[in-house]
Amino acid sequence: MNLRHKDTRKNKKNIIRYFYLINVFLLILTGSGQMPIFNRYYIADIPGLGWLGEFYVTHYMHYLFAIMFIAFITYIITDYLLSKLKSIKITSSGYFRGGIISGVVITGGLLVIRNLRGSGFEPDFIIFLDLSHLGLVIMLLIAGVYCAVSKKRWTENK
Amino acid sequence: MAQKISRRSFLKGTVATACSLAAAGIPESASGADDKQQLATLLDIRKCIGCEACVEACREVNNKKYPVPKKPFPKMYPDKVPVMDWSEKQDVTDRLTPYNWLYIQRAFVNINGKETEITIPRRCMHCINPACVKLCPWGAARQLKNGISRIDPEICLGGAKCKAVCPWHIPQRQTGVGLYLDILPSLAGNGVMFKCDRCYNRIAEGKLPACIEVCPEDVQTIGPRDKIIKKAHELAKEINGYIYGEKENGGTNTIYVSPVPFQQLHKAVEKGEGKPHLSPVKDTMADANKLATAMIIAPIAGVAAAAGKFYKMTKSGE
Repeated sequence: MNLRHKDTRKNKKNIIRYFYLINVFLLILTGSGQMPIFNRYYIADIPGLGWLGEFYVTHYMHYLFAIMFIAFITYIITDYLLSKLKSIKITSSGYFRGGIISGVVITGGLLVIRNLRGSGFEPDFIIFLDLSHLGLVIMLLIAGVYCAVSKKRWTENK
Repeated sequence: MAQKISRRSFLKGTVATACSLAAAGIPESASGADDKQQLATLLDIRKCIGCEACVEACREVNNKKYPVPKKPFPKMYPDKVPVMDWSEKQDVTDRLTPYNWLYIQRAFVNINGKETEITIPRRCMHCINPACVKLCPWGAARQLKNGISRIDPEICLGGAKCKAVCPWHIPQRQTGVGLYLDILPSLAGNGVMFKCDRCYNRIAEGKLPACIEVCPEDVQTIGPRDKIIKKAHELAKEINGYIYGEKENGGTNTIYVSPVPFQQLHKAVEKGEGKPHLSPVKDTMADANKLATAMIIAPIAGVAAAAGKFYKMTKSGE
């Protein structure tokens, strides 16, 4: 493999990494906006951040970033299955974080269905969805920080 | 729950009750036995005389649900968080409060050259797709299968998001009560939100909501939504009147029929905190819900992009 080819692959990896991090950050930011905290704690008073105190805006933005995130993870999974299955294996921390992300996506998807007109989830199930969606995001954050500090990667070469 | 209405309210409402029962096919339809249909109420505001019998009955019947705050209230951090205390002002009946879930809104309008007072019972509209329920971060606000939206006082933290997202800003907060006191009372939450629950417990027992049962003028009718909508249109046609609540916020379960346009009433009524408007309302949940379709397309786009990349790689022999 020549050096130029290696640089291109490294750049692609960096693009994927930063896209993931920025997308997750924006999802957490707009998701936190679903709780009435940004107005209470003056964050929405910071110039340029007033939109964080607008529930309908953060709700809409959360959906937009969720669409980007779902497209992104399905791209990564399909790309792995089609072209990287033989050369790369997922580490245990990768499986762990992937499992958490799956939980976040499933609970989030069910909450989107809940918001549609005529959806009939039981109130207790909705509480479970709300709390598990939040709990899983907190778990993902903790796992992400732990993996970054201990330099645990998502994948490794076979 | 054994809830009694006073003798005065009872006498006022006895005849009206019989009429309402006959008119709406209650209690079968009001009990919400048919899970597929939401229950709606029709308010013929020509009939309302502003006697406040409904307000009084609501307060009597729902008295046990009212907050009993613990005082002194926890110190709030930061200071900007407002303490909302209505416990010393429980007698207020000219607006919505945690202790007054229904009030009579008054408007002076000109009808055929005559200055006329119109009185309108105002409470939660019980939207078909209620933003207060759908956007509550903890699931404390819930919608029952019969279309009633109610706030569970055991779970609500009083963040007032439901009030902010409600197009009419109906729910009202009482500080010093509820779950937040057991979590982080100074830093998160601020009490419990209260609003009309359309006497969900009475309806479950096959009874009428108190405001309907007691009304001496038979202003309100309750029944399955499609029947109520049909009735509202018939009435509007008959009196050459106007409808409010059918399409507001994507549709509500509180349908007003008025002899004067609602724009005119909206201008005439006193509006503000605890005093909801009567202007048109777009479907607040519609914009985000349209994106739900894109959420179905997103994984297809992701798979297609990766497959395209794979095809390109295979073709170039990488």
